[in-house]
Amino acid sequence: MTKVSLGKLRPGSVGRVESITGESSIRRRLREMGVIAGQEIKVVRVAPLGDPIDVELMGYHLSLRRAEAAGVLVEVES
Amino acid sequence: MVHQAISLAAAEVGVRYTIVDISGGRGLRGHLRGMGLREGAEVELIAAADQNGPVTMLLGDSRIAVGSGMARKIKVKEAVWAEKPIRVAVAGNPNSGKTTVFNNLTGARQHVGNYPGVTVEKKEGTARLGERTIRFTDLPGTYSLTPYSPEELVARRFLLDEKPDVVVDVVDASNLERNLYLATQLMELGVKLVLVFNMSDLAKARGQAIDHERLSGLLGVPIVPTVGNRNRGTRELLETIVKVADGQLASRPRFVGYGRDIDAEIDKIERYLTEHGALTSVAPTRWLTLKLLEGDDEVCEMVRTRFDMDGELDELVAASRKHLHMHFGDEPEALIADRRYGFISGACREAVARSPERRHNVSDGIDKVVTNRWLGLPIFAAVMFVMFKAVFALGDVGIGWCEQGMEALGGWLGGVLPQGGLVQSLIVDGIVAGVGNVLVFLPLVVLLFLIIAFLEDTGYMARAAFVMDKVMHSIGLHGRSFIPMLLGFGCSLPAVMATRTLAGRRDRLTTMLVVPLMSCGAKLPVYLLFAGVFFGGAGAGSSVVWSLYVLGMVLAVLMALVFRKTLLRGPTEPLVMELPPYRMPTLKGVFIHMWERAWLYIKRAGTIIFLFSIAMWVLLNLPRNNALRQSYNARITAAEQTGESEEAIAAIKNEKAAQMMKRSIAGSIGRSVAPALKPLGLDDWKICTALLSGLVAKEVVVSTIGQTYAVGQETDEESGSLRDRIAHDPFFAGSRLKAYTLMVFVLLYVPCMVAVAVIKRESGSWKWAVLAAGYTTVLAYLVSLVVYQGGRLLGLG
Repeated sequence: MTKVSLGKLRPGSVGRVESITGESSIRRRLREMGVIAGQEIKVVRVAPLGDPIDVELMGYHLSLRRAEAAGVLVEVES
Repeated sequence: MVHQAISLAAAEVGVRYTIVDISGGRGLRGHLRGMGLREGAEVELIAAADQNGPVTMLLGDSRIAVGSGMARKIKVKEAVWAEKPIRVAVAGNPNSGKTTVFNNLTGARQHVGNYPGVTVEKKEGTARLGERTIRFTDLPGTYSLTPYSPEELVARRFLLDEKPDVVVDVVDASNLERNLYLATQLMELGVKLVLVFNMSDLAKARGQAIDHERLSGLLGVPIVPTVGNRNRGTRELLETIVKVADGQLASRPRFVGYGRDIDAEIDKIERYLTEHGALTSVAPTRWLTLKLLEGDDEVCEMVRTRFDMDGELDELVAASRKHLHMHFGDEPEALIADRRYGFISGACREAVARSPERRHNVSDGIDKVVTNRWLGLPIFAAVMFVMFKAVFALGDVGIGWCEQGMEALGGWLGGVLPQGGLVQSLIVDGIVAGVGNVLVFLPLVVLLFLIIAFLEDTGYMARAAFVMDKVMHSIGLHGRSFIPMLLGFGCSLPAVMATRTLAGRRDRLTTMLVVPLMSCGAKLPVYLLFAGVFFGGAGAGSSVVWSLYVLGMVLAVLMALVFRKTLLRGPTEPLVMELPPYRMPTLKGVFIHMWERAWLYIKRAGTIIFLFSIAMWVLLNLPRNNALRQSYNARITAAEQTGESEEAIAAIKNEKAAQMMKRSIAGSIGRSVAPALKPLGLDDWKICTALLSGLVAKEVVVSTIGQTYAVGQETDEESGSLRDRIAHDPFFAGSRLKAYTLMVFVLLYVPCMVAVAVIKRESGSWKWAVLAAGYTTVLAYLVSLVVYQGGRLLGLG
């Protein structure tokens, strides 16, 4: 198991949320969208211009910029 | 409170009842009917039946007494309850199909307004079930009930202040866990909640079997499954709402358990609040407690100013928050959110069976193409191209019809009203022509709204924002800002209104301010006229028009950057946006969506333009120079008598119109402003007066130029004689540079007054409207100056 930021994951990889850091309004927004500790997240794809990214969690798709994703620390199987 | 039918014999004095049923033989029923006692009639008891005595009641103005035997055969219900409408608030996540459910519930009985003080739309509608009236208020779609966005704040305030009888939360059943997060917050608010599991067919298709009864038991609230886009479950929902409102069906939301440590802190604060009777009329104590622990700005502020003067509670809360932070190593907000999700996933584990999920559903398949690395942008460009092609091609046809309609109306009024008078001129040339100038754009605007509503309802707009976000972000805006910008090519009015969909205030204002720089539909006739005269129709002409579109976009981008770096400085709004599954929109849904915007446009444009048209007519037609008019009239009469050709007479009439206009207020302003535009090469009263009239709508510039060039009013950009006059006008002297400078100026200067008024409305202050009008004019002056003087330096003059 290794810990990386969600923003660094390649499309197709899956991780489990460890912690969220960053500005409180962004953390709040992420939380209410279901990005909470223990949640499984899959990076599905990257937008044509390289940002934002499209992730899947709880069976739905969420898009967020790499800047926002950088604060989400996930555990991945190494 | 159960309001069942009771017999009249058991009814109470002083209460109004509605008769719901009369049993017994035909003879008895006929007899009672003869007295006016029939189903649906309202009676008020004056004296009740004691022992076997008669019941006396008031029916309308007459007193009626019936024997106790008869009274027993009459079933009544409390009338007050049958009369009083049930007030229901409809909450739900965006993309949960909330709007569809609302439309199903209320049908066409809808009314759109605004929540007081904010530009958040408030939709209301009514439904009837039997004799009951149910009044629905559609709350804005939100993911949660924090006070950090205007939508959420509005929803929360409505629930707390209006205290609706029942709250309906529309949940996307195929995306249960995230959708239930809002439900937990509503449960904590202590409202009578009914959960609607919408898109239950989709949930089934995705391999989920939801045990509604079990889940309903676990949450303590009734659940009604629906399929919104097929209008299934609507009746059941209405019945459930009535039952819950009447207390026949319980809705007692379970409290989320937060675990021993957090619960202990909750208890501490809750006890304090209860003991001090704090704000109990405002909100449930438990909810207040949770909000205090979460550090909710609004609730903390309210408690501070309205209750906790000595700061005792503040200390208590701070201590609890600190304790929890130390204990769990995370902030209380996060802990509470975690527990809520824990509660949801616990309930779902017990009541939802999931067969191995079919990973690759249709929506994912579409996204593989639409948001593909290489195809994403070309597809976006193609969609936009097709949209504008369709709008302008089909819209043109409709505009033609509208113009004919307006002309016919003007012609008819012209015939009916007294000839040649001021009244006729005011109504026909001022109001009908003025309002018509804007309303002829209606087909174009409606069509654009229709296509955008379709793209939004399918889910494509979220993808477009996803694909475009990087570009928009680089100028300090949000991916979603591109929709208003796009609308700006049609008309600034809907574009400015569309900024409502943006979450951040700075994004909203910046977008609003730069939208008028886009080449809207009304600027096109001006381009076509001057490009046609000076650059020829095809080839050079169309590249000139094209260059103006590009110039507008480039300046919009630059100005957005400028605003984000100066007046509206601050961090960019984060992008955390759901990509909802693609859906086939319903025809009804798309049309309602379109109609709401179109109606708003008609109302705004209609009223503002009405007043402004009158003002502009005054400027263009007054003061009346009688001496001048009479001398021209004499010339016309003379020409008619001597049998001059019709062209000659028309020429005199046109010259008269031009001379009159030159001496009007607008003409005087035009003449006095002209010198200021000398550096731009536009120091001609004809042009300046036309520019002034363009404040109504930019396309009016063309018809005013028609008048000032004395070719008459009935001119459009294709008029041959107008083109001829402009081409030979000594002022232009064939200068392409002057013509181009003029077009640039028209592109940029003050957006029309309707747009300015809408910016005032949407931004909530005149400050931004004045800024929008001011900066665009300064920009127009500067850019035109650069174009003209630069062109002269290059020897293009």
